[in-house]
Amino acid sequence: MSAAVVVGSQAEERARARAKLLRRAPLEVLWAVAAFGGAVLFVVPFAWMLSTSLKEEAQAFVFPPIWIPDPVKWSTYLDVFTIQPTGLFLRNTVIVAGLAVLGDVLSSSLVAFGFARLRFRGRDKLFILLLATLMLPQHVTLIPHYILFRLLGWVNTWLPLIVPYWFSTPLAVFLLRQFFLTISYEVDDAARIDGAGFLDLFWRIALPLAKPAIGVVAMMAIVTRWNEFTEPLIYLSTKDQFTISVGLRAFQTEQNFLHVPVLMASSTVAVLPLIVLFFAGQRFFVQGISLSGMR
Amino acid sequence: MLGWYSRLSFSRKEELAGYLFILPWLIGFVVFQAGAMVTALAMSFLKADFLSPPTFVGTRNFERLIDDDTFFKALGNTAVYALGRMPFVIVIGLSIALLLNRDRWGVRGMRTLYFLPSVTSGVAVALLWIWMFNPDYGLINSFLALFGIRGPGWIWTEEWALPGLIVVSLWGVGSSMLIYLAGLRGVPVELYEAASLDGAGPARKFFRITLPMISPTLFYTLITGIIFSYQVFLNAYILTNGGPNNATLTMVLYVYRKAFQEFQMGYASAVAWVLFMIILLFTLLVFRSSSAWVYYEGGLRRTGPGT
Repeated sequence: MSAAVVVGSQAEERARARAKLLRRAPLEVLWAVAAFGGAVLFVVPFAWMLSTSLKEEAQAFVFPPIWIPDPVKWSTYLDVFTIQPTGLFLRNTVIVAGLAVLGDVLSSSLVAFGFARLRFRGRDKLFILLLATLMLPQHVTLIPHYILFRLLGWVNTWLPLIVPYWFSTPLAVFLLRQFFLTISYEVDDAARIDGAGFLDLFWRIALPLAKPAIGVVAMMAIVTRWNEFTEPLIYLSTKDQFTISVGLRAFQTEQNFLHVPVLMASSTVAVLPLIVLFFAGQRFFVQGISLSGMR
Repeated sequence: MLGWYSRLSFSRKEELAGYLFILPWLIGFVVFQAGAMVTALAMSFLKADFLSPPTFVGTRNFERLIDDDTFFKALGNTAVYALGRMPFVIVIGLSIALLLNRDRWGVRGMRTLYFLPSVTSGVAVALLWIWMFNPDYGLINSFLALFGIRGPGWIWTEEWALPGLIVVSLWGVGSSMLIYLAGLRGVPVELYEAASLDGAGPARKFFRITLPMISPTLFYTLITGIIFSYQVFLNAYILTNGGPNNATLTMVLYVYRKAFQEFQMGYASAVAWVLFMIILLFTLLVFRSSSAWVYYEGGLRRTGPGT
């Protein structure tokens, strides 16, 4: 084949590509409008929340709505922390969610390691049982749990919001087990020759390797614990123990809903840590949901 | 001290270690799940408040259910909510997934934006939506007014309150989108190439390749979506508290009211058990279908929940 023919066909190809691009251009514009427009639609409520939180009371109740507050009233954010002990609510949530997630990650990785790496009788049947509880609704066991914790004298403490998570959660076990299954057994064998016990295999080999999987599990757990509402609603009754979700509920019932900017400011404060966390670790979320197919 | 342990054979040691590793789950399962389920069932045959000792009432709680119009209202509302929102979840979630199923600049960022609201479900977001739904100054009716539409009274009216709750839940459609995206990625590219050679257009490719290939994923998310929707509580409690006139009373909200506001623990347990039975029915559907949906996923034998 001569060089001239090759050059000719290249030019031809380029022309064809350009024609194809031109033909597709309207479609591409349509795609961009739909995809980007939709994304804006999903974010607009957040912008609206932020905008309202910075408005004067009167400016919130205007038609058509104003997007840029004039003047920008930052002091509402101070009110959020003085009208209610919002700082305390946030601190409480960090403690409760932190301890629950810590226990969840620790216990779930132990359990997942057992199911993934060790052989024992009845293992596979027990694992199916665990998977079955993935679908068990939290609310069916709500009343027995309440009675149990009442008998233990734990009502109006944080314990019912923390202790159950120290016994592993099915979704975390499922995800971590998937990960542990992928670790090669040669590493285990080598460590065993060096005299490592099962706990060493777990603590020194499996767990350090599982950091990405633990990231996924921890992120998903933090979000659910942060948003948890039913449990604190039932168990907590004194305000200085409230987590942010029940604190916001108290805000809603105590404040007349006419104080919309204050409510929107406190909602912004409650959501902001999640948004920051989300942008810091979004790849973990995406993995978690794509792997498990659920949330 | 551990002399007996060192005398065990290796497989015996491994077996013992295995049970010890899963012990946290075993205890949790027995106490918080199996034990709690049995207790809930037992309680549904009791009359129990915290004032007097519980008494056995046989099936009276269940007999009461049959005459309880409010219970049936809650049952109906929850069914309408759970089944009514799923077609929207699937159509909207799949549409976004199809839009974003390509590699080009900015797509990842957009996925993030669509996904963000589903992370922030909670009381804060529920409060935001009360404000969004404000009939006169809320964003939704202001938006509709741009097109000359006079929006409804949303959560303050009997007929629009439940649709309002569905709208709120659709804001979190981003997590379904991610699942569909994972499903779409699993469809072998060769199928599309072969179809192109045969001169198939985009519509034909969608209905003949994409849809059949991801139908197991769709079915799975349909069932799990229904299961999770049946447990709706937070939004019904914060946005409407079941009103107006019980138009948004859901089953879990009814359980909560009976148990923790009226202290009828036995009766509430009976309601909770009916809810459990409904959810069990849908769970069995997942198990039945699991062999079908596990098979796909791009040929990767992935053991998912429900297998």
